[in-house]
Amino acid sequence: MSLPLFFFYVFSAIAVASAFMVISARNPVHAVLFLILTFVNAAGLFMLAGAEFLALLLIVVYVGAVAVLFLFVVMMLDVDFAELKSGLLQYAPVGILVGVVLLLELLLVAGSAFISPEIAGGAALPIDNTIQNTRALGQVLYTRYVFLFQGAAAVLLVAMIGAIVLTLRHRPGIKRQSTAEQIGRKASETLKVVKVKSGQGL
Amino acid sequence: MGLEIGLGHYLTVAAILFTLGVFGIFINRKNIIVILMSVELILLAVNLNLVAFSAQLNDLQGQVFALMILTVAAAEAAIGLAILVIFYRNRGSIAVEDVNMMKG
Repeated sequence: MSLPLFFFYVFSAIAVASAFMVISARNPVHAVLFLILTFVNAAGLFMLAGAEFLALLLIVVYVGAVAVLFLFVVMMLDVDFAELKSGLLQYAPVGILVGVVLLLELLLVAGSAFISPEIAGGAALPIDNTIQNTRALGQVLYTRYVFLFQGAAAVLLVAMIGAIVLTLRHRPGIKRQSTAEQIGRKASETLKVVKVKSGQGL
Repeated sequence: MGLEIGLGHYLTVAAILFTLGVFGIFINRKNIIVILMSVELILLAVNLNLVAFSAQLNDLQGQVFALMILTVAAAEAAIGLAILVIFYRNRGSIAVEDVNMMKG
């Protein structure tokens, strides 16, 4: 067994096992941690396939951002997860049925797939092994796929604005600083000069 | 791609991950956080397929597609969790069965 094949089996075995733990873990914090493990091992599989940039991106984006977001939400919401777990196996039979049928179909397709010779030769963007993967992706992403790239940026912008708009709330009855009001104050509105005669007072 | 690791290896792993994601949606019907994580697993399986085909066909396009899916998956997770947070704030529960205000 060659070294790449050995690592392929190691990464895929751990990825599948931890993906199973994600869906079966009792504690959602454990599920998030197993999700991180799944993504790290999937990044290893990406690396073996030669997609180095995507592998590292997967670690940065998923392990660094998405998984932490999940962890944050799981810990912030004070949810009774034991209650959510009740009736867990109510839908397991139909789930197993659907899962087994789906897996068999997918494996049937994967096992019997073959690539037509005329497609195999005609790659739209042939991988140039003389330059790095990151550089090759950058060379097409900023030229040929620049609109796709900007579309992705727009998706992220909308997601960011959407998440902020959804979760931002103004509680009534809390004193806040209003800069516009502060700057808009005039002396004539706030200051009153009173002439006080001496000896009389106000 | 390594000489011995064929397309079938990658497709099999991706199929198992995809099935586990679908299965996770079924058995965790009440817990929307785990459902979101299952969706992430499904998208990961799709990405794995794209990268495997990219390596097999010696075509960079698959990796560009995988990059776009990664973007959309990150946006989906952010929006989904934001909706989850405001739902919990309004109702005090995230059980999927309680999401019936509109009685559709």
